[in-house]
Amino acid sequence: MDTRDLHVVTVGAGQAAAALAFRLRKNGHRGRIDLVGNETWPPYQRPPLSKKYLVGELERERLYLKPASAYASHDIGLLLGHEVTRIDRSAKKVGIAGPQATEWSYDVLVLATGGTPRKPMGEVATWPNVFTLRGMDDADRMRDAFVAGRRLLVIGGGYIGLELAAVARKRGLDVVVVEQAERILSRVACVETSDYFRALHEKNGVEILEGASAGTFERDGNGRSVVLLTDGRRIAFDIAVFGIGIVANDELARMAGLACDNGIVVDDRGRTADPAIWAAGDCARFPYAEHMIRLESVPNAIAQAEHIADELVNPTGAPYAPVPWFWSDQYDCKLQIAGLNLGYTSVVPRAGGQPETNAHWYFRGDELIACDAMNDVRSFMLAKRWLGAAVRPTPGMIADSAWNPTAF
Amino acid sequence: MVKIIYVEPDGTEREIDVEEGRTLMEGAVAHGVEGIVAECGGACSCATCHAYIEAAWIALVGEAEGDEAGMLEFAFEPGPHSRLTCQIEVTDILEGLRVQIPAQQG
Repeated sequence: MDTRDLHVVTVGAGQAAAALAFRLRKNGHRGRIDLVGNETWPPYQRPPLSKKYLVGELERERLYLKPASAYASHDIGLLLGHEVTRIDRSAKKVGIAGPQATEWSYDVLVLATGGTPRKPMGEVATWPNVFTLRGMDDADRMRDAFVAGRRLLVIGGGYIGLELAAVARKRGLDVVVVEQAERILSRVACVETSDYFRALHEKNGVEILEGASAGTFERDGNGRSVVLLTDGRRIAFDIAVFGIGIVANDELARMAGLACDNGIVVDDRGRTADPAIWAAGDCARFPYAEHMIRLESVPNAIAQAEHIADELVNPTGAPYAPVPWFWSDQYDCKLQIAGLNLGYTSVVPRAGGQPETNAHWYFRGDELIACDAMNDVRSFMLAKRWLGAAVRPTPGMIADSAWNPTAF
Repeated sequence: MVKIIYVEPDGTEREIDVEEGRTLMEGAVAHGVEGIVAECGGACSCATCHAYIEAAWIALVGEAEGDEAGMLEFAFEPGPHSRLTCQIEVTDILEGLRVQIPAQQG
């Protein structure tokens, strides 16, 4: 059968699944394409959930990646509010649970299942004033609690936690961030970037506690929620949000006998060991510069899915070799990150023209591998360009304030 | 609703009614206008929603400034009338606006 006539089913109906589906049609794919998603909304963008959508500045419809009519006009099936519960690889069928439970055959299966936020241990996870944030339903539940004067406790000083802290401060909430590691953003960024964001948040009145671990949660005599840190400090709060990372949704793949390692293991094209099954987005673990990584970012979900769509219609064996990139907005600061700093050995800071314009350039030896750009769009765009090329600036060039980057 | 005319890279003119308060980018994406990619969904972080505002309209729409202008320096063939369409809110004064979409994004 011509590959363009194959029936493609995606497990998941989010960023990656939508990107795959529309790219397949653009590539001339004629076969059925069906997205099966366990949320009740059509594919939507998640970044605004921790920003404008949370505070009611962006209506739900504006989150949708495409209007409903686009799926119909491109003949892309959307089965929402249903969950794929098993994969029968030998029969090439998936079992689907939900109001219209059924079983579907597939020619090609693309796992785009994303991840689930880590929850705290114990009973606190069930408290009505304790949240994690991944989907629209989470943001909808949290919105009413985000009221000026209340105290927000953020557990986890990563991007989700920091974006929420910023939004909460602008709303007039009192905010405390508790980060277990010795510094916020330690998992993803250098000391210099942690320092930049600590200063930014503290300037905006956020209390940041680093090297601090939440021990137990309880209600005090007045019914107020309290966390006891392991160092003995007690912090009362009205709302708590846990931003402590996600776990890849790979159980389905694992149950079907596919290799998983906090993520569905795929090759450099996005394919599992089963030639009919691929994976893309937050759930996929793929080879990148001698490592196996999961890239939790919107650009990766899109680019990896589109790579698979290209390979499905016109298999060239070309590897998916992205220049990873990412963005985060906190207060008036636009953070843009190009590359992946895995294995960095040095950081060269370079100030931009204006006071709050800064970029931190990561090197592995003399090789430029990533850049954190704060309110420095030019550095970000240059970094993206350079990281896609073989020849890149040296640490000496970046360190030299007289060196002209645009002439490189 | 505000009528916006998006001219696709191959010259096809798409007359689209865009809801007031949406951005030019959202109008394009919602109607499958060719050539607007908008990878970052409107966060002024990717420069793939780039378009040229027709000369007659640029005074009304305004030229790019700040971060948007910085991002545009790296867009495909930017010109003095280039804008990132995610930064332009559609209001009724833009009725009939013509926007030319570049041959490629990024």
